[in-house]
Amino acid sequence: MSHLKYMKELNNLTRMDEAIKGPVPRWQKKCLESSNSSSSNLGLNTSRKAMSTSITSNSNTSIGKTPKKGVEIRNSKKTPLKGSKKSPSRSTTPAKTPCGGDRFIPARSTTNFELGYYKLQQQNTEQEGNKTECSSPSKREMQRLIGENLHGGDVNNMRVLSYQNKAPAPPEGYQNPLRVVYSQTKTPASVKSSTRYIPQAPDRILDAPEIVDDYYLNLVDWSASNILAVALGSNVYLWNAGSGTIEQLFELEGNDYVCSVAWIQEGPYLAVGTTVGNTELWDCSQMKRVRVMGGHSARVGSLSWNSHILTSGCRAGQIVHHDVRQREHLVSTINAHAQEVCGLKWSIDGKYLASGGNDNMLQIWPCMAGQNYSHAQPIYSLNQHQAAVKALAWCPWQNHILASGGGTADRTIRFWNCNTGACLNTIDTKSQVCSLLWSTTYKEIVSGHGYAQNQLTIWKYPAMNKVAELTGHTSRVLHLAMSPDGTTVLSAGADETLRLWKCFQPDPHKKKETTEVKSVASRLKQCIR
Amino acid sequence: MTEQQQKTKCITLKGSAELVKQYLLYGINNILYQRGIYPPETFEPAEHFGLCILMSTNLQIVNFFNVVLSQIQEWLIQKKVRKVTLIISNVNTKEVLEKWDFKIDYETELSNGKGDGNLSDIGTKDIKTIQKEIREVIRQITGTVSFLPLLDCLCSFDILTYTIPECDTPKEWDETSPVFIANSQEVQLRTFSTSLHKMETIVSYKNT
Repeated sequence: MSHLKYMKELNNLTRMDEAIKGPVPRWQKKCLESSNSSSSNLGLNTSRKAMSTSITSNSNTSIGKTPKKGVEIRNSKKTPLKGSKKSPSRSTTPAKTPCGGDRFIPARSTTNFELGYYKLQQQNTEQEGNKTECSSPSKREMQRLIGENLHGGDVNNMRVLSYQNKAPAPPEGYQNPLRVVYSQTKTPASVKSSTRYIPQAPDRILDAPEIVDDYYLNLVDWSASNILAVALGSNVYLWNAGSGTIEQLFELEGNDYVCSVAWIQEGPYLAVGTTVGNTELWDCSQMKRVRVMGGHSARVGSLSWNSHILTSGCRAGQIVHHDVRQREHLVSTINAHAQEVCGLKWSIDGKYLASGGNDNMLQIWPCMAGQNYSHAQPIYSLNQHQAAVKALAWCPWQNHILASGGGTADRTIRFWNCNTGACLNTIDTKSQVCSLLWSTTYKEIVSGHGYAQNQLTIWKYPAMNKVAELTGHTSRVLHLAMSPDGTTVLSAGADETLRLWKCFQPDPHKKKETTEVKSVASRLKQCIR
Repeated sequence: MTEQQQKTKCITLKGSAELVKQYLLYGINNILYQRGIYPPETFEPAEHFGLCILMSTNLQIVNFFNVVLSQIQEWLIQKKVRKVTLIISNVNTKEVLEKWDFKIDYETELSNGKGDGNLSDIGTKDIKTIQKEIREVIRQITGTVSFLPLLDCLCSFDILTYTIPECDTPKEWDETSPVFIANSQEVQLRTFSTSLHKMETIVSYKNT
């Protein structure tokens, strides 16, 4: 810009006659600024006209220096230069562009992309090369450390010794018994699809906090008057399935908990088995305890009614028949099992009592003629189950058919003809059988299972095809109960929930047919007997 | 352990080695039973460390343990053994499916850096406490069944002893190579200490 100053000075000097001393007037100052005149300390009184001429002369010279630029560009060039002190590179670049304001547009012809790319890449590979060279000793160290960890010390510093006479291999053909616990494949479902719609989700879910997760107890029963009794820890609750109201029947004191509940066939009486070995009788219409019956030395885990006889099974393996009407309630005591009695069921016609124990035995006891309690000797002792027999259910349409299910090591459901003692059918369910229930609406049986799927399985009887699998419990299904109308199954799981499944809804079109079949069957039965 | 020693709550190196040997014996038997390597009917319950542990009644196995473990006990007293490894391998393919490492640290060595194999070393830990610790480890071993994969083939076991190089090979013993399980998963169980021997138990199994 020195040349500009110089030119102005020259101009002013040539106009000596017009010189005015004193400060520059405001309009002149402004003019100076706007025209980017370099300094006000020139102290020269230049008229507007003079200014303009000076600029033109200036511009002319600059045009002379850069021949390719037009007059308009001159302005654009100057403004950035003076006003905002841009970096030189910025200011020169727009000068090169033919018509572009202050945008940066690189000239591609001048940049060598291939070379640039090559250079960049070369740098990268060099860096990487350096890295591997640098890290390889540390890597080697790392590998050494891993090796040491694997061996628990430097291998080279140790001797590995072993005794020459090796231990014998297991006998040929031996199979790991744990296979039972590990293998959990689904049993193939029946190919024939059921025409009936079974909802896969529970109708309702109720909370059952503190339900005792014990396979050997029987904590749920649903009465004929549609009241569900549930034992949760030391409490017994009554849930009215019709109205949905919940009442607490009682709470045991101390560390005792309820081990079993069972409704009498008709009426408001609930039998409750406790840890101390007592069997209590409650009148639920008045919420009052009617009586307490002893007779056991250990907890009473199973109960079953046969009209006025209440049969209870305890942990010590005894079965006791109580006549609830008499003052001397103890009718008979039977040493039935070597271990805890966990399943106990009277047949529907009251002819047989089935008991299952933790000693893997299933016993069938005949009813004393003319009485409601059983003989002291079983007619059949069935030892086919490989685990505790808890799940027991008598077929509602064939009174002598009993279904029984075994625990984790057994996983089978077996069907027995109690007139002959024959095992009619057996099916591997691949999972612990916790509970069994026959449908009264369909020729089907539902089983509650444990690990791995904690599902309820509905089977067609007698083909034993799977009709449906109802999953949802997050822990094993402990108990099952059926509503008095036979449409709903309640499952109590160790996940502290009670789930209601409407899986036996009667089909309105088929209802007539099934009743007909039933009546035919009953007539046949009468003929035979 | 004499009564006097029990009263003063101390343990000799010999006693400590005996305890470690017993741990190995019961622990390994427990593994053999829990992992279903031999038929369960060949096991009988025995009460030890306040636990009911199933012990093999197979004479060959019992003899094997007698020989191997008494040798290991001797080495323990001499502070020559660093690690005992139980290997469970497929009988047919010889593939190692599971490995139980019992690492032994000598605590006297750690603390005062002597480790001169002196028999007069005496620890100061109550035997009850030690037994409680051992009990907890054995319980953990029982609990491992829940996560270890099924050994779905005929399996046999072997015991490898990692010793210091200066250890001489007794009669009928052989030097072998260490074993590895490819793609293995490791689980460290509890550690117990007799105040003379510190025992770490680690199980590695094939990650499938």
